Amino acid sequence: MRFRAKIVDLACLNHFSRIINTIAKLTKTCILRLTVCKLYFILSDKIANGGASMWCELSQGNFFDEFQMEGVAAEHNEIYLELVPENLSRALKTAHSAKAVKIKLTNKHCPCLRVAVELPSLSSSSRIVTHDIPVGVIPRRMWNDFREPSVPDFDVSIYLPVLKTMKSVVERMKNLSNFIVIEANLSGEMNLKIETDLVSVTTHFKDLGNPPWASEDGCQSFAQGRDLESMAEACIDIKKLQQLLAGQQVNPTKALCNIVRKRIVHFILLHEEVSLQYFIPAIA
Amino acid sequence: MPLSAPPPASGERYLLSASLDNARHLSSLLRAVHFQDHATCFATASGLRVTVEDAKCIQANAFIQAEIFQEFSVQEESVMFRINLSVLLDCLTIFGTSSLPGTSTALRMCYRGYGYPLMLFLEEGRVVTVCKINTQEPEELLDFDFCSTKVVNKIILQSEGLREAFAELDMTSEVLQITMSPDKPYFRLSTFGNAGSAHLDYPRDSDLMEAFHCNQTQTNRYKISLLKPSTKALALSCKVSIRTDAQGFLSLQYMIRNEDGQICFVEYYCCPDENITEAEL
Repeated sequence: MRFRAKIVDLACLNHFSRIINTIAKLTKTCILRLTVCKLYFILSDKIANGGASMWCELSQGNFFDEFQMEGVAAEHNEIYLELVPENLSRALKTAHSAKAVKIKLTNKHCPCLRVAVELPSLSSSSRIVTHDIPVGVIPRRMWNDFREPSVPDFDVSIYLPVLKTMKSVVERMKNLSNFIVIEANLSGEMNLKIETDLVSVTTHFKDLGNPPWASEDGCQSFAQGRDLESMAEACIDIKKLQQLLAGQQVNPTKALCNIVRKRIVHFILLHEEVSLQYFIPAIA
Repeated sequence: MPLSAPPPASGERYLLSASLDNARHLSSLLRAVHFQDHATCFATASGLRVTVEDAKCIQANAFIQAEIFQEFSVQEESVMFRINLSVLLDCLTIFGTSSLPGTSTALRMCYRGYGYPLMLFLEEGRVVTVCKINTQEPEELLDFDFCSTKVVNKIILQSEGLREAFAELDMTSEVLQITMSPDKPYFRLSTFGNAGSAHLDYPRDSDLMEAFHCNQTQTNRYKISLLKPSTKALALSCKVSIRTDAQGFLSLQYMIRNEDGQICFVEYYCCPDENITEAEL
């Protein structure tokens, strides 16, 4: 098992840091899966974290100038590591004016991701700041726990409103209630609702648009034959939604959510080089 | 552009109904008196008064006169209810607190009467938020009986002169001592904290002093923890009037200009701290 990679371009480095910051806001620990072409940050709902799960995927070629990976075995040319993304985020914080960042998997006393940040220096030799981030190696037999979740059989799929507005509203609602109801229909309408003994607040978004998913046979559009006005709703932990929105530092190219009424809300946030899926289960 | 709220059922009219193009005109004033969760709202044809009290010693009032609103109507002589001010503020600022140029949240407020919730309709961009906040039985409010005939000492200062002083008050001191006098030190703020005592004097001929009417030397102490929240009102205001009566009751009146240049007032009343003897003064 070997892994070494290098980022030289400052824009790529900042972009990579932003992604790690977003992941760090969502979960305390996660799985980093390395393949020849991609990196994945995975949170499985099997781990105790309130049932939310996450799948974040990026192409290594968009970020790294050098990327060498040798997996656990030839037929399974991948590496699965458990890590605390906040550690990686903190290491990368020191790199905002770096000349280069090298990441390497080491095993001196215990498995670590060694992040070496080469900083500019007035003298001829560079300054290097090294962070050793402890990681856990996930054995091959457990890899099945971390497969890509399938898109659920949703009742409604809708584009999210402007994230800034949604973030403000959800942050205020979080002061008022622990749970929030998201409901939406196939006519581009979404409501966010909270209700307690003291207060009820509903925010109405209109004209959001519904993504054009095709139905299973690929011939019909998803919306055909369905009641366009009928709302699908799910009541979820408001903190999870607030964390997802707070972690979005840059506006995604596409942001949408799929609602399975009373079961789960599936968020998909697409940026140019990275896709993030986040599943929040409904509260019974 | 006022929002249209649905009329109440059975043709009754709302007891209180108001529209405001910029909800910040209301929320920023309410924040200046937000030191307790609960507030009493009192509306008459002249406008809205929101009162917050603590410890039976301090009372803050925010006045938003009817002219500030685009529409303001009260069906009876007066309407009064108690409401959770933290919740009200979260609702009024649902779209965030940062003021982007050109954007504002429009507000419509409706109250049907005793036992009904306060309804808020807020709109920004084309997004609408509807809030229903439960109201409670109003409690009796303190009456400081502070009228201009009973005032012994009065000064009016430009707020910028006091802002830094109040923001940096030594909070390890239990009291804030205020001395007002026709003679030196004229106007003095004192604290007695862990590191020692601190005195801040304002001469009567200072540029910051807009009016100085002190007839008698008075020194009074007030619990600093009760007065500290008034810093919020001070931060928003351009001028402050400081008055005391013969019993040492303190009135602080803050003149606040909103984003549109309209004037509103916030006042704080505070009882003097009883736990001091004449010998200490």
